[in-house]
Amino acid sequence: MSKKEVETTGHSWDGIEEYNNPLPRWWLIIWYLCIIWGIAYTIAMPAWPLVKGATAGMLGWSTRGQVAEKIASFEEMNAGVEAELAAADVTEVMPGSDVYNYAVNMGAAVFRANCSQCHGSGAQGNVGYPTLLDNDWLWGGTIDEIAYTVQHGVRNETDDARYSEMPKFGVDELLEPEQIDQVVEYVISLSDPDGDGTNISGHSYDAALASEGAVVFEENCASCHAEDGTGDIYQGAPNLTDAIWLYGGDRETVHDTVYNARFGVMPAWGLRLSQAEVNAAALYVHQLGGGQ
Amino acid sequence: MSSTDNSPEHKLYSAREPIFPRRVKGKFRSLKWIIMAVTLGIYYLSPWIRWDRGPELPDQAILIDLANRRFFFFWIEIWPHEFYFIAGLLIMAGLGLFLFTSAAGRIWCGYACPQTVWTDLFILTERWIEGDRNARLRLHRQKKMDFHKFRLRVEKYLAWILIGLATGGAWVFYFTDAPTLLRDLVTGQAHPVAYMTMAILTATTVFFGGMAREQVCIYACPWPRIQAAMMDEDTLTVGYRHWRGEPRGKHRKGAGAEQLGDCIDCMACVNVCPMGIDIRDGQQLECITCALCIDACNEMMDKIGKPRGLIDYMALTDEPREIAGEAPKPVWKHIFRPRTILYTVLWAGVGVALIWALFARADIDMTVAPVRNPTYVMQSDGSIRNIYDLRLRNKHGEEREFRVSVTGDDTLTVTLQDSDTTAGDTIAVKADEMRIVRAYVEAPAGSKATISDRTEFTFWVEDGIANERVSVDSVFNGKGQ
Repeated sequence: MSKKEVETTGHSWDGIEEYNNPLPRWWLIIWYLCIIWGIAYTIAMPAWPLVKGATAGMLGWSTRGQVAEKIASFEEMNAGVEAELAAADVTEVMPGSDVYNYAVNMGAAVFRANCSQCHGSGAQGNVGYPTLLDNDWLWGGTIDEIAYTVQHGVRNETDDARYSEMPKFGVDELLEPEQIDQVVEYVISLSDPDGDGTNISGHSYDAALASEGAVVFEENCASCHAEDGTGDIYQGAPNLTDAIWLYGGDRETVHDTVYNARFGVMPAWGLRLSQAEVNAAALYVHQLGGGQ
Repeated sequence: MSSTDNSPEHKLYSAREPIFPRRVKGKFRSLKWIIMAVTLGIYYLSPWIRWDRGPELPDQAILIDLANRRFFFFWIEIWPHEFYFIAGLLIMAGLGLFLFTSAAGRIWCGYACPQTVWTDLFILTERWIEGDRNARLRLHRQKKMDFHKFRLRVEKYLAWILIGLATGGAWVFYFTDAPTLLRDLVTGQAHPVAYMTMAILTATTVFFGGMAREQVCIYACPWPRIQAAMMDEDTLTVGYRHWRGEPRGKHRKGAGAEQLGDCIDCMACVNVCPMGIDIRDGQQLECITCALCIDACNEMMDKIGKPRGLIDYMALTDEPREIAGEAPKPVWKHIFRPRTILYTVLWAGVGVALIWALFARADIDMTVAPVRNPTYVMQSDGSIRNIYDLRLRNKHGEEREFRVSVTGDDTLTVTLQDSDTTAGDTIAVKADEMRIVRAYVEAPAGSKATISDRTEFTFWVEDGIANERVSVDSVFNGKGQ
């Protein structure tokens, strides 16, 4: 056999010829197979765009259908633990158990969808909406108190809601303007354990006015906020001796609070969420770091 | 001027020409047998090697545990975040390939590539069942499918499928405990994925090794193109000494044999070639430098009493030297060149770095993810809390107690959520697991950390048994001025 010369295609342009190195035939066959596959695929699957939507495909497959299928399969998978969570007494769900782990993950999702609008995505709270990360709780920070608050809400129109109402000392003229000034100074002074004239939130006060305010406080405020100002979780009366201020601890804001009162509302989530979701949200909030 | 010829003999597509390599003996063939035995032996037997790692870890020496995201290699265990070891090995493999290619051409293609090794095995099986080249050619040309041909074909494909099954089977053993999986596979209880993987790999092995063969190298593989770019004039590759062989011809007595070169045109080199080419045409893309033509030609030269080496490993620079009557460069001068030495240094550098990293790494590990939503939490007493998610990794084969502490600012204290002690600073991490723990770092009311924007500090984690310590720097956020 002599050395095989490569043929030319016979094409010649100004003396330049084209070699004919033929492609392997199986490439061509694969190309034909791809075309057949492509046609079959566009018949079987959603493919051709129309004026509205696209062809549905013989197999009836859709991405939405696939998502729905997956959601259904997850729901089926979680049905057992979710039923267990719905029936559970939240005080008895042990950390580390399957129900607990499921609840914390589910609670995080419930929180993001329903609670984060007011309490913030990180549960850090907002002015008027308490942070859920600290160790100060208006209505109690134990797991059963949190679950009750989530279930029934605060100061809404349902019968079981947590309820209390602060008098509008200024608007309703329950106190004289001077008395309000005095009690404001006293409230600011409550969180000053070392008595140096500046409280732990960094606000200074007039000691003389504050001592006069003590009398006003005892007569008008102590029934809810307690004589020492530490508040009462059964009435949702905030602790006034600590560093945490729901609306602000400066003189103007405290004055505003005493004059106009506050009326923070939270919906009764039991009406909107399933029992499992309420329990999940409560367990999630409880483990954020401030739970008692 | 242009002319077009659409005559049917100018085909744009050509059918594959079947290749029937003849059996050959020689030193390169023997070397290839040894390499085939070693590489296939490693591939098929490795999953069966056992390695004791204690009761809580698998005892398979080489195991890719996808479910738990672990890679076990004898005493080495690689976690997902240590993927740089795999990256390093891949870099070494790349540099190694550069090194071998610049020194000895497509030596990878010719000796070690799985496509070559398995094709060799399939051709060997074919030869055992259907006979050597001439018998196979006869069988191929026989149009009628009689009982004899049918039986041989069935036997051949059955043998190929069994090899493919063993290949696909060995593959799945790398991903789970081999003895358990084998038992499950036989009793039909293994996961469908295992059967699917085996079926696909059986089909591809038979297809690539039995049918596609040289087509994979010529048309599908990018290596022939890339490797050609890494070869130079000093690279050793298989070549034909045309200045010695030409003009070729049959050495018949009295037919002017004295004017002919050493090549007797016996076609031995062509008949043994698994790629179906003629090496006497010079270097070409199809040649995988398997060196079987060298063996075939040497055998023939011995028979006709001529010196060996008409076809031989040589470099392009040898050609003009030998034509000019000079001695070719010794082999070591072809191999030890600045280029190959540089590749070797780089390759070894990466290797040394990997080995150092392997022995320097700690068996416990921690990463710190500060929770910055919110940046800090004010507590009732005016103290400030920052929250961190710690990922604690225990690479020991047993459960360990991890103790976490902070340094850098004396006022800062740390407590762990779910800690199992009253001090709140220790937590158990199970064997070979990562545990995410929430850590609360607190600065007391009025301390410098509460009124600064940022306070730098260091997390320490300590394993109570081995006294190993790892630290991570982090930042504490205060409320600022």
